[in-house]
Amino acid sequence: MQGPLGKFMLKHPSTLVFLGLLSLFTIIVTIGSEAFGYGFVSTSFVKTLGKTLCFCLIAIAMDLVWGYCGILSLGHFAFFGLGGYMIGMWLMYERTRLIVVNAAENAQIPMTHQEIQDAIGTQIFGVVGGSDFPLVWAFSHLFWVQLALVVLVPGILALIFGWLAFRSRVTGVYLSILTQAMTLALALYLFQNDSGLRGNNGLSGLQNLPGLESTDQSLISMWFFWASAFALGLGYLLVKLIVESKLGNVVRAIRDDEARVRFLGYNVEVYKLFIFTLTAVIAAIAGALYYPQAGIINPAEIAPIASIYLAVWVAIGGRGRIYGAVIGAAVVSLLSSWFTGGQAPDISLGFYTIKWVDWWLVLLGISFVIVTLYVPKGIGGLFDKFTKGAEQ
Amino acid sequence: MSGALLEVDGISVSFDGFKAINNLSFNIDSGELRAIIGPNGAGKTTFMDIITGKTRPDSGKVIWGEENVSLIKKSESDIANMGIGRKFQKPTVFEDQTTRDNLTMALKNKRKPWAVLFYHSNADDRAKVDDIADEIGLSDHLDRRAGDLSHGQKQWLEIGMLLAQEPRLLLVDEPAAGMTVDERNHTVTLLRRAAETRAVVVVEHDMEFIRNLDCKVTVLHEGSVLAEGSLDHVTQNQDVIDVYLGR
Ligand SMILES: Nc1ncnc2c1ncn2[C@@H]1O[C@H](COP(=O)(O)OP(=O)(O)OP(=O)(O)O)[C@@H](O)[C@H]1O
Ligand SMILES: [Mg+2]
Repeated sequence: MQGPLGKFMLKHPSTLVFLGLLSLFTIIVTIGSEAFGYGFVSTSFVKTLGKTLCFCLIAIAMDLVWGYCGILSLGHFAFFGLGGYMIGMWLMYERTRLIVVNAAENAQIPMTHQEIQDAIGTQIFGVVGGSDFPLVWAFSHLFWVQLALVVLVPGILALIFGWLAFRSRVTGVYLSILTQAMTLALALYLFQNDSGLRGNNGLSGLQNLPGLESTDQSLISMWFFWASAFALGLGYLLVKLIVESKLGNVVRAIRDDEARVRFLGYNVEVYKLFIFTLTAVIAAIAGALYYPQAGIINPAEIAPIASIYLAVWVAIGGRGRIYGAVIGAAVVSLLSSWFTGGQAPDISLGFYTIKWVDWWLVLLGISFVIVTLYVPKGIGGLFDKFTKGAEQ
Repeated sequence: MSGALLEVDGISVSFDGFKAINNLSFNIDSGELRAIIGPNGAGKTTFMDIITGKTRPDSGKVIWGEENVSLIKKSESDIANMGIGRKFQKPTVFEDQTTRDNLTMALKNKRKPWAVLFYHSNADDRAKVDDIADEIGLSDHLDRRAGDLSHGQKQWLEIGMLLAQEPRLLLVDEPAAGMTVDERNHTVTLLRRAAETRAVVVVEHDMEFIRNLDCKVTVLHEGSVLAEGSLDHVTQNQDVIDVYLGR
């Protein structure tokens, strides 16, 4: 292997192993998909797997900000959701426009531009009793702008929030509470009908790509699956490069004793802001890939509990090990959808039936406590023996 | 006093009404070695906190360098970058990282995130780290986790990190605490050598250690200077005997 990246991989074989496994997984799913292969992986399961990859990506971001930098953010799902909303606005606008224009062509009297706009507005905002485009939809017809907003809106929110919080030296549990307040405030705002984003209806039909109505979902699901796998691989590599650089050392030092880092001459607040904003942007990209696979986004997705689950995934997977975050997110979110999706068989005790839909959360809570108390390194810690030897 | 490297003038600070530092004035010249002694709670650590920007004084001036810059209201990291290094009373090294990483992080290099992200270790920096490791006696421990070092080695590593910062003034809080006699002697040598090229202020309770430093001594008591001069001079001072030595 050649070049600086090749050298990096050889020095950190775990990255190579991870990227190899991810590629292998992608190939297997592709071979098994309905679109390209034998069809033993159903389209809906491809979507589940693609969404899981997005969860793994945000978990990596969470590990960087919490596991490495020590900032227990309980608000990163707000950035994930905002990323979804930003891409969702374009998807919904453009698809509705195409439908309206199509209908207009078949109509006897040609529609004016204004009439078409009104019809799109009524289609999208009828559910919240409106037809005018709110200001936040100003760019929804421009794909590239909306794509840029996927990173800009969450990025700028994180920058402002982080600047205010870190500058006032808010740390520890107070910072966690503040991030919960942020995500709660955002969710409550979005729940309102006049928020401009369709209140509790959220944005829907996001699985349909504008102009590709005739393309089967089995194909589209694979595109998003590949994109998610690619983003995860890239995110993993980026975060690994960061944590193995000298900046990674400073960031870990901040986690362990931020006061001491200040006396070494590092401006701790700037470092925290950098990591917080970067991870918010990664979360947003994960969200922008997730919601077209989910098909719908609504404010409940940004509820404070979502960000707490994220912390639980990373804790169970093992903080401070990037692959740990991936394992935690994958295992827990897949189990969660299995248990709560009604597939898990209920256990009948005669006098009482354990319904997993209800009891899954209890199980998760107990696992979290057990991991925190007895396996602080999480599942990922089990691999320490191999990585320690290889990565010295 | 235009020759002074650091000029502290009439500073006071109180915590919940308790005056920890009371109208304290203190000067140190570049290249000077100075010891500060005084009973527990005299305000020695608080004094360092003020100079390094951790604590804001209620009143008074802290003036630094040839350009007479006020250090009050400057952030800890700015003050560190202006050339003031500090070793804490409780040894604080980054235990999860190797000795080498600890020293490399402290090396006087660019401190902005971007520069740090793209930092590449070079022969020059590696040589510096090796030299410092040699100086502090940790050459054979460069790739060990700092957390696995002995207590004394951690203290030295912290002094090494200070040297790596190449400060013009070094503030050292109780460097010999918990050290064996041999370790203390090594520490004295280290500090005396460091003082050949920069100003060093050492806070210490151990009189033997202070004697070996062989320098001017300032005695603090209840947040003010009680006496100043050679060790023999201050130890004969009746006030000093009453509040500190005679206990
Ligand atoms: N942040 C603070 N809040 C309240 N009181 C404080 C604070 N920092 C120091 N003090 C008090 O100020 C006084 C001076 O403390 P300081 O730590 O400077 O003493 P010291 O001379 O370093 O003592 P020692 O030899 O025990 O290290 C003590 O009474 C201490 O309790
Ligand atoms: Mg003290």
